[in-house]
Amino acid sequence: MHSIINQKLDKEELVEYFHRNFMISLEVKNLAKSFGFRKVFEGINFSLKEKESLVITGKNGSGKSTLLKILAGLFRPTKGEVNINLESQIKNRGKRRKLISFVAPDLSLYDELTALENLEFLVSVQGLKFNKQELNEKLEKIGLKGRGEDSVSSYSSGMKQRLKYLFALLNEPKILLLDEPGSNLDEPGLFLLDNIIAEQKKRGILVLATNDKREIKYGDKILNLDQQGFSFIS
Amino acid sequence: MGIKSSTWTSRVLALFLKDFKSELRTRYSLNALVMFAVITLTVISFSIGMFSLSSKVKSSLFWIVIFFSAMSGLAQVFIKEEEAKTSSLLKLVASPESIFAGKLLYNLVLLLFLELIIVPLFIIMLGFSILNFWLFLCVLVLGSLGLVCATTIIAAIVAKASVKGALFAVLSFPILLPLLVTVISGTNLAAEGASFSQGLRDLQILFSYAVVMFVASFLLFDFVWEE
Repeated sequence: MHSIINQKLDKEELVEYFHRNFMISLEVKNLAKSFGFRKVFEGINFSLKEKESLVITGKNGSGKSTLLKILAGLFRPTKGEVNINLESQIKNRGKRRKLISFVAPDLSLYDELTALENLEFLVSVQGLKFNKQELNEKLEKIGLKGRGEDSVSSYSSGMKQRLKYLFALLNEPKILLLDEPGSNLDEPGLFLLDNIIAEQKKRGILVLATNDKREIKYGDKILNLDQQGFSFIS
Repeated sequence: MGIKSSTWTSRVLALFLKDFKSELRTRYSLNALVMFAVITLTVISFSIGMFSLSSKVKSSLFWIVIFFSAMSGLAQVFIKEEEAKTSSLLKLVASPESIFAGKLLYNLVLLLFLELIIVPLFIIMLGFSILNFWLFLCVLVLGSLGLVCATTIIAAIVAKASVKGALFAVLSFPILLPLLVTVISGTNLAAEGASFSQGLRDLQILFSYAVVMFVASFLLFDFVWEE
């Protein structure tokens, strides 16, 4: 730690150092969410440590996507809290953003921009450093070789899903949140997803929401939102 | 993974450039702004015909054209993010402060571009003579700054509403009323050839309005932008 500080790293690099070298944990306490008078869920408690994964299941409307959006910081919970701990509890939203990535079917990229323009924007706005060539290499790895200069509006839904994965993995997130991860993906895409999930399980925490039997196997723990009291099946 | 020490301003610039690039491809706001301004100017010009108007009336008409043109275009900055469902992506990657600053900068550039079209057209079509052009320019820039600060935060509020169309003008009007009264007065003074010292009071009000609106919008945006 001292040696790192002695190197006079800037604030961003120091944050990056912490991200890489400290064990992360995600703790959800007594979480509840309502939209107006409609209660979506309540009393959700769980905690996850690094290299652990959780699958959230439940029927349509049970609040799977809402729970993921709360974890991603897109929704505020009605009650309860989501704690992310690295070397200490991280309350700053900016720091949280650097640790979490989220992929969901209703998350849209900019259709009018090309894939490369989308990535360049996302890279610069997050303060990441990738040049065009590196981004092209990443596009190739994700199965979008030669399509970087094409407008995202010309992409199929599967290609858009691949691009979302590429965006989500740019900052090598400690916490990866996936909503219906296999949606719109073909067989090679699902194979790619297997690799992404295997990598994430080594790197940090994985939380995914699905009812697909193939995807349920990705989790070490399962949280079923249909069951009252929220039981864990380990 | 590489991390570069990107400053807050470079992130704001990235947001601005994204919107700018996106606008050039889609013409989402630009067409609405320019078409509204040109059509309104033409209608006013034909309505007036041979009548000669006082500089006070012309100043009022000038800002009415700008106000309604701004209403038709500036709200799109947030509405298009909501409609294209890209606002979640934006929330995931950028801080509310940088998003607001990026959108504000974009709206300011858009409005100044619009004024670049409106001002010469208005001068030509309505025979609007401005005797103190530098005072007019100061009123125009400060007025635009205040207009943009107020409309950007209102655009963020309106984007969350289910009925967006009329709500923007309805919400904007009471907030923009003090600004409109002042810019019309300042423009009239400039048109009549008043000196800078005579227009100073209006310039001070416009500057104060812009600062107050900027600070208030900046502080409030976080609450508006979050769910």
